[in-house]
Amino acid sequence: MPPVDVPVGNPLLLIAELTYRCPLHCPYCSNPTDIGAERYRDELPGEDWQRVFREAADLGVLQLALTGGEPMARKEIVELARAATAAGLYSTLVTSAMPFPRRRVEALHAAGLDHVQISFQHSDPVAADEIGGTIAFERKVKAAALARELDFPLTVNCVLHRRNIDEVESIIRMAERLGARRLELANTQYHGWALLNRDALMPTRAQLEHGEEVVRRERERLGPKLEILWVLPDYYEEVPKPCMGGWAADAILVQPNGDVLPCQAAASIPGLTPENVRERPLREIWFESELFNAFRGTAWMQEPCLSCPLGRRHEDFGGCRCQALALTGDAAATDPVCKFSPHHGVITAARREEPAPAPAPAGAEAVAAAPPFVYRDLIRS
Amino acid sequence: MPFERPQLATGVRLHHDRVREQHVLLFPEGALVLNETAVEVLELCDGERTLDDIAAVLGERYEGADVRDDVAELLDGIGERGLVVDAAG
Repeated sequence: MPPVDVPVGNPLLLIAELTYRCPLHCPYCSNPTDIGAERYRDELPGEDWQRVFREAADLGVLQLALTGGEPMARKEIVELARAATAAGLYSTLVTSAMPFPRRRVEALHAAGLDHVQISFQHSDPVAADEIGGTIAFERKVKAAALARELDFPLTVNCVLHRRNIDEVESIIRMAERLGARRLELANTQYHGWALLNRDALMPTRAQLEHGEEVVRRERERLGPKLEILWVLPDYYEEVPKPCMGGWAADAILVQPNGDVLPCQAAASIPGLTPENVRERPLREIWFESELFNAFRGTAWMQEPCLSCPLGRRHEDFGGCRCQALALTGDAAATDPVCKFSPHHGVITAARREEPAPAPAPAGAEAVAAAPPFVYRDLIRS
Repeated sequence: MPFERPQLATGVRLHHDRVREQHVLLFPEGALVLNETAVEVLELCDGERTLDDIAAVLGERYEGADVRDDVAELLDGIGERGLVVDAAG
């Protein structure tokens, strides 16, 4: 392993994947495709999570995402929120809102939970439930109302793809009606389940351009009242995204079993075994573990990154290591999103260049043309 | 538009980052590093004090300096991100 050639800072964000259990079956889930595996069943007990939160705060973490799977599936969720508050962390519940019972949500509020993020799959109830693979839409609407009633700042998250991107305007209007302060329009990132479903999810360039245009217009109309984030669809870019702001630069992720990773997909990298919070303090894992140091800085890079003609080595850090691995077989290769990558062809071949369906019967044609989803499922995984 | 009675928006709070030894403003999925002046201003944004009240408190603290424009500018900048709102509606 090459030496790390950058000063290693402290993390700002802890992503706490409390469980992989979830009532939804979204085909673009960022969890690993083997969520049903034996090694994820031994979930970290609540008291260990509380210790991890304290260790994270001591390490400089400011933001905590309580996520999963569905974090509300953990019966200790209120105690965990209380521990986060005690540790001084700004806590976000990243939830499907399934379930979102009033008494527990009130208890979360009293425990000091700072912020609620609810996922929506679409603005149309039928289409939304079809994408999520279960009946959920109306309950999510009620959950959003409850979050607002309790005066939580609310973020609505919607993953965008071929089957809903034509409805971006109606999704923005829905977030506005729900009283959201932030809307994350997250174009699908093709890892894990989303990579399995890539052909079914990939929008056309015309669909993306239309979506971007709507976002521009709506941002102007809404101003700071509703902040709209647009997560870049990297398959239509020519240079890679600075994935996670650089490998192991800002974020630390703990899986339900206590394994520690720099991002959601990093467990897939062969030869690099994740360390576990049951065996080693978070600080040591962050600064010393082989997995965390593997791709820090630039010394690990290969061509064409090494002599990047655009001088972007320190800007995009060679793109996403997990995407490089999944699409080229080498985690140290240039992210093939980059036009200088010898593997860039795998990206362009996955794009759907045919014109988007006519705007009137929105989505209908696209749905018919796309293959069926492989739904996220603990059993089939 | 200047604020009448500024306050931090819901879900926005001041925090002392003891690891990096700096003050930050925390909000949904973000953090903003604050200088000493910004901290002093934001601590006074309680939704009760007017902009003039805040400027007066700080002016007194700094030996009669006229800081009103600086305070307004700072709050406008943070307000553009929706982190400070007007209690006066």
